[in-house]
Amino acid sequence: MAGETTTGVDRSTADGRLAGVRDALEGPNTLGNSRAFWAGFVAIVAALLAYPMMRSTYYVSNTAFLLTSAFLGLSLCLIWGYAGIFSFGQVAFYGIAGYAFGVVGINVAGPLGTMLGLVISVALAAAFAFVLGYFMFYGGISDVYVAIITLAVALVLNTFFGQTSGDEWSIGDAPLGGFNGMTDIPNLAIGVGDAAVVVEDVAFYYFIVLTLLVTYLGLRVLVNSDIGYVLVAIRENEARTELLGYDTKRVKLGVFTLGGALAGFGGVVYASWGNYIDPTVFGLTFAPLPIIWVATGGRKWLSGAIIGTFVITYVSQQLSVLGGQFSMIILGSILLIVILVLPEGFVPQIHARLPWLLDRLPGGESR
Amino acid sequence: MASVLPQALNLLFQFLDSFAFLVLSAIGLAIIFGMMGVINLAHGEFITVGAYGTALSFNAGIPLPLSMLFGVVLTTVFGVIVELTIIRRLYGRLLDSMVATWGISLIMIQGLRVVFGSSLDSIGTPLGTIRYGGFSYSTYRVSLAAASVALLGVLYWLFTSTQFGTRARATIQDEEMSRALGVDTNRMYLFTFGIGSALAGLTGALYAPTITLVPGLGSSFLVEAFVAVVVGGASVLVGTVGAGALLGGVNALFSNLFGTFFGQIAMLLTTILVIRILPQGITGLVDRIGGEA
Repeated sequence: MAGETTTGVDRSTADGRLAGVRDALEGPNTLGNSRAFWAGFVAIVAALLAYPMMRSTYYVSNTAFLLTSAFLGLSLCLIWGYAGIFSFGQVAFYGIAGYAFGVVGINVAGPLGTMLGLVISVALAAAFAFVLGYFMFYGGISDVYVAIITLAVALVLNTFFGQTSGDEWSIGDAPLGGFNGMTDIPNLAIGVGDAAVVVEDVAFYYFIVLTLLVTYLGLRVLVNSDIGYVLVAIRENEARTELLGYDTKRVKLGVFTLGGALAGFGGVVYASWGNYIDPTVFGLTFAPLPIIWVATGGRKWLSGAIIGTFVITYVSQQLSVLGGQFSMIILGSILLIVILVLPEGFVPQIHARLPWLLDRLPGGESR
Repeated sequence: MASVLPQALNLLFQFLDSFAFLVLSAIGLAIIFGMMGVINLAHGEFITVGAYGTALSFNAGIPLPLSMLFGVVLTTVFGVIVELTIIRRLYGRLLDSMVATWGISLIMIQGLRVVFGSSLDSIGTPLGTIRYGGFSYSTYRVSLAAASVALLGVLYWLFTSTQFGTRARATIQDEEMSRALGVDTNRMYLFTFGIGSALAGLTGALYAPTITLVPGLGSSFLVEAFVAVVVGGASVLVGTVGAGALLGGVNALFSNLFGTFFGQIAMLLTTILVIRILPQGITGLVDRIGGEA
């Protein structure tokens, strides 16, 4: 990245290793740059790690499922929230990686197959995002067209995988299965031969918590780095950023590819969690969900995306039990209300009001 | 030799059918997008409202043409209400308006399912079939091509020969200047959204006799509508006609040779190629040729 960025962050105070780490993690592009935030963060991580000891495997597995969605949410947050690229088709990368993981995992037996599957699937999702991104960004098309093209790609993939029910649509031993989907996708396993650990149930939960933690902290470093500032600059005013000498097309292509890889990782863990994937992941019902999660939580903040994703998936899960046929109506209404009343999402709102709330809790300084 | 003529006719009918489908799917979306810069992601559901209005009144015993009229009026009223309550608050917030219209679409699909169940009684395609060689084609679907051309004619007249059209084009070109010159741009937007909704309703009404009436029927129009708008670009009439002709040709050819699904894939690939070469779509190409001449 050519050129230095000037920001309001004073980087000269970094002395000692801890301060250096905090310096990399904090900045104007993330919420929570305080001691109180990190204390709360550690508490949440500790609670997540202790959770399996308190609940049965069923709940743990379900919570792991809710957390897997966060990868998809984060990928959209990165490219839409930070770089302003409005992709309606993140699910395309998610689904492609899920299918690819199934194909490799079924064809190559053992832990090697699933690890190979993980790598190949994420690479494939990234490559697909790269090719699509190349045509979009180097074609110089604007926001709306990106949304339309990405959505159209997802819908066409939905049609494509829907018609793969015949025997001719098998890749090796893995039938794609048409609308019935691909079954018997193996669990992710890590290690070699007998030393391999099959990542399922509680182990899967810990795997998700740890990878999510690494992803979150990694993205915090990224968005608070110089690249992060360029992303936000592109979101705020692309023409000006380009005139200042940044190669905005290349940056957008890079971040779109990274977003594709992240969504792809989400698809892999989803397919591994349920041992199953079907064309509905490309469909019109699923495609908008990441947007709902991220828009509701707060698209311009990583924590907003994660919390929004977790809360909305949890609420919609409860709604489908309690609300039945009204769950989609309620979800649509939540989305509409958030856009009209809280355009920045609920997480930044709560964050901004937190001192006010704490003040009014018993024991706080009430004025 | 004897089989060449029917094959050619087949291709022609497929082209006409595809052209009509693209133009009719896209025109409502294109007008709202071209005029207001808003992509209405509930466009498919506006089409559904038109189709449902038509089917419900037809099943209540009203003749088909009147039922279609009812479907169009219903969709227009619905569109105007949506504009006044929601879209109006989101001017200048393009991406937010897309998210909001998506929310509307979710509510509508499920709402229709809750109120009317998983499907409506179908209408049945009128006008019989054209037979030639060993083949036959629905007369009604071929006549939709004529309807789409007629519709384009009416819109051309509306935009070039009426006071509304002049004001509308002025608003597209320079909103601030036209407001300064006394055009009530908010009212123009309301009218535009109403016309776009009416056209979506008309599409639903025209296709109601040929499709299965389920709450999610709008999604089958969506891909075609989107690719046609992207390929067409911002200019409503030139863009939509050009996109309909180009994509309709590609779709007909590939569907004829390899099947419906490959027709759709070919359309999408054409679209991605077109945006790489012509980011402004066919509108941009026409402007460029016009500029050089």
